[in-house]
Amino acid sequence: MEDEHILSMESISKQFPGVRALSDVELRARKGTVHALMGENGAGKSTLMKCLIGIYTPDSGTITFKGERLNITNTHYALSKGISMIHQELSPIPQMTVAENIYLGREPMTWYGLVDMRKMNRMATELLERLQIKIKPTAKMCDLSIANVQLAEIAKAVSYNSDLIIMDEPTSAITEAEVEGLFNIIRSLKAQGVAIIYISHKMDEIFKITDEVTVFRDGRYISTDATANLTDGKLIEKMVGRTLTDMFHKETTDMGSVFLDVQNLSGKGFRNVSFQVKRGEILGVAGLMGAGRTELMEGVFGVTRTHGGSIKINGKEVSIKQPADAIRNGMALLTEDRKLTGLYLNASVRENMFIANINRYMLGPFVNFGRILKDCEKMRGLMRIKTPSLMEIIRNLSGGNQQKVLIARWLLTEPDLLILDEPTRGIDVGAKSEIYRLMTEFVRSGKAIIMISSELPEVLGMSDRIMVMHTGDKTGELSRAEATQEKILQMATGMSLAA
Amino acid sequence: MANPAVTTVNKVRSEQPGGHMLASIFSKYGIFLIFAVMVVAASLLSAAFLSTTNLINVVRQMSVVGLIALGVTGVIVSGGIDLSSGSVVGLTAVVAASLAQDPDYATPFYPGVHVPLIVAVLAACAVGALVGLINGSLVAKTRIPPFIATLGTFTAIRGLALLYTGGRPISDLTDAYNFIGQGDVLGIPVPIIILVIMAVVTHILYAHTKFGKYIYAIGGNEQAARVSGIDASRFKMLIYVYAGFLAGLAGLVVSSRIGSGQPGLGVGYELDAIAAAVIGGTSLSAGGIGTVAGTIVGALIIGVLNNILDLTNVSAYWQQIIKGCIIVGAVILDQLKQRGRR
Repeated sequence: MEDEHILSMESISKQFPGVRALSDVELRARKGTVHALMGENGAGKSTLMKCLIGIYTPDSGTITFKGERLNITNTHYALSKGISMIHQELSPIPQMTVAENIYLGREPMTWYGLVDMRKMNRMATELLERLQIKIKPTAKMCDLSIANVQLAEIAKAVSYNSDLIIMDEPTSAITEAEVEGLFNIIRSLKAQGVAIIYISHKMDEIFKITDEVTVFRDGRYISTDATANLTDGKLIEKMVGRTLTDMFHKETTDMGSVFLDVQNLSGKGFRNVSFQVKRGEILGVAGLMGAGRTELMEGVFGVTRTHGGSIKINGKEVSIKQPADAIRNGMALLTEDRKLTGLYLNASVRENMFIANINRYMLGPFVNFGRILKDCEKMRGLMRIKTPSLMEIIRNLSGGNQQKVLIARWLLTEPDLLILDEPTRGIDVGAKSEIYRLMTEFVRSGKAIIMISSELPEVLGMSDRIMVMHTGDKTGELSRAEATQEKILQMATGMSLAA
Repeated sequence: MANPAVTTVNKVRSEQPGGHMLASIFSKYGIFLIFAVMVVAASLLSAAFLSTTNLINVVRQMSVVGLIALGVTGVIVSGGIDLSSGSVVGLTAVVAASLAQDPDYATPFYPGVHVPLIVAVLAACAVGALVGLINGSLVAKTRIPPFIATLGTFTAIRGLALLYTGGRPISDLTDAYNFIGQGDVLGIPVPIIILVIMAVVTHILYAHTKFGKYIYAIGGNEQAARVSGIDASRFKMLIYVYAGFLAGLAGLVVSSRIGSGQPGLGVGYELDAIAAAVIGGTSLSAGGIGTVAGTIVGALIIGVLNNILDLTNVSAYWQQIIKGCIIVGAVILDQLKQRGRR
């Protein structure tokens, strides 16, 4: 039994300043199988994988791979032993071509010692064709869509011809059709005897492609089971350590007056859009990538310029030229990409919470840190943010907890309207459920939410009304009662509902 | 796509829109266009500009800063900065000169020591590379920000140059030595020949070797380079060594050009070299961007500018003001390009 495990990681522990990331965990993967590693954000999955690929060195424990005890101290060594990885944080080198990125660190050489670009491009072309990925090897990474960057990273991991490939959220940015393509790649790798460790928050993927599931919780090993013996509910229960009865916490609230009334607004990426949001309402905004949802909200919030149309708040026409105008009028915007436009990664949790709101905490020319501390502590408790202290650098928190800090930031400004752009992207089920709970509490107090989301269950589960966009146009609006996945998808792809 | 089992709305994004051909050509070749326009404008402003003597003069004057800028480009591409190169010029100038004094000179630096020319040349390059090794070790091993590390060597190396000579110039150098800075081959001044050779070598090094690829990779995304199995520290260190070597070569050329090794040589050259790289499209704000051709054109732009302002009798004070504006303008252009990418 033991010898069919190509990989055994045993009693692995890893301590970071202030956080015990892994305590005494184990993971065993078999040759020619897909092994899912599941757990909430911060459960230690990525940390363990980084130990395996040599980005971190574990404090204790043993790694046995292909029957050999390995002491992995750097990535180069891991790669040379036949372990490669698709990283969760997509990490292309933007100015280099796809081929250069794929073969970075093992460039083919000419006999006179220079990099053989022609051969490299030829190898990349063959690789991409074999994997049926339609990207030009000579395209620069910075000119590719996020989906194609992810596909290139997949191609890169496969190109090492490793015996074990770690896939850390390989489908976070790619389309359904491309996921199917990836699964085909995975199946053929399996047939060649390659072992795959698969990390994803998408339940349907886990049940579709994996053979075994290991669950971690809070840096501890919980269990390993054959996927066939598990159900959605059982798996979630293992991950969060309790039964989640109602994921969405949706309550019907009393609708108040119209808070925001947008008429015929146009801007870069959207045309002639009208919509309203009432107090006590959650307006879901659905659509495909590139539908203009983010652009619309950035226009409303004053991040980008708009032309034509009008924006009324509480029935009064307002002029919003910059985000400060929007904030003054009671709006708050949680951006889609939290690392790029939301977080100050090197600042503390506390700084990240009060930065948008510093004017409320002034005592003459001084900042009243006492009151800040009190409010931030309150938020930390309310949002159940897992951090050793408010002074912890936010970079060290898990994705879900970072997102909670951002939401806390905007809640502290006490807005009347909260615009959330993909509020639960890359967040585990437990944290998701808590964010939904907070959203419900928020609208119950007579405030409004606009939620852009690409996750249809989330849109259907949380929205009172759903507006759908397609390539910059509003293509429809559905009430909670009439909305279905099919109707939304039809509108989102620009097909008329009558069809 | 209409599969009802789909749980996540498909995310489709079209690739770069095709319409902005002109903008993309400008962002790629803009600096060469600007240079061409400048040359045309200069030739209209002054009849003397296009004479062979004047053109050779322009290139010879920029050759020393050009040599330094070649190395500085690589350092900036890797995500660093090198402020020490002007001081390295001062130190290597006096070290090389001290080994190349005329045997008949009354009060030589090293009495009775007569070494072949090659020793002086190698000493300048080696001392430069050694300072580069110190810079590189500080940056790669101790993780001090490159600005601070090279600010330190910038100050200390100048002091070392002054200490070496006791603050005095070293003069009366051999004819062979002076030929490097003052001679010419087939009518082309030797400094220009050295610059052209080093530009070609550096271009091959940066664009066609593993070392070069890794410098760009590290500057573009160091974490990504590391997870691809690249020893980022080692290559970061090596690029400082190469930049130091080129600054040493520049020190040799300068001292032989004026026929004297002076510890105060090269003051401010580091900033001119950075300016040349930046004007030539090397990005200080995002690593991994910059080319040898761009840097050479950047240095030529500064050279042509100085020259035409001289020829048209614009005061030297104005020259500095205009140069400053051009540097800022180049960075604004770079920012606009970066923004266009997003």
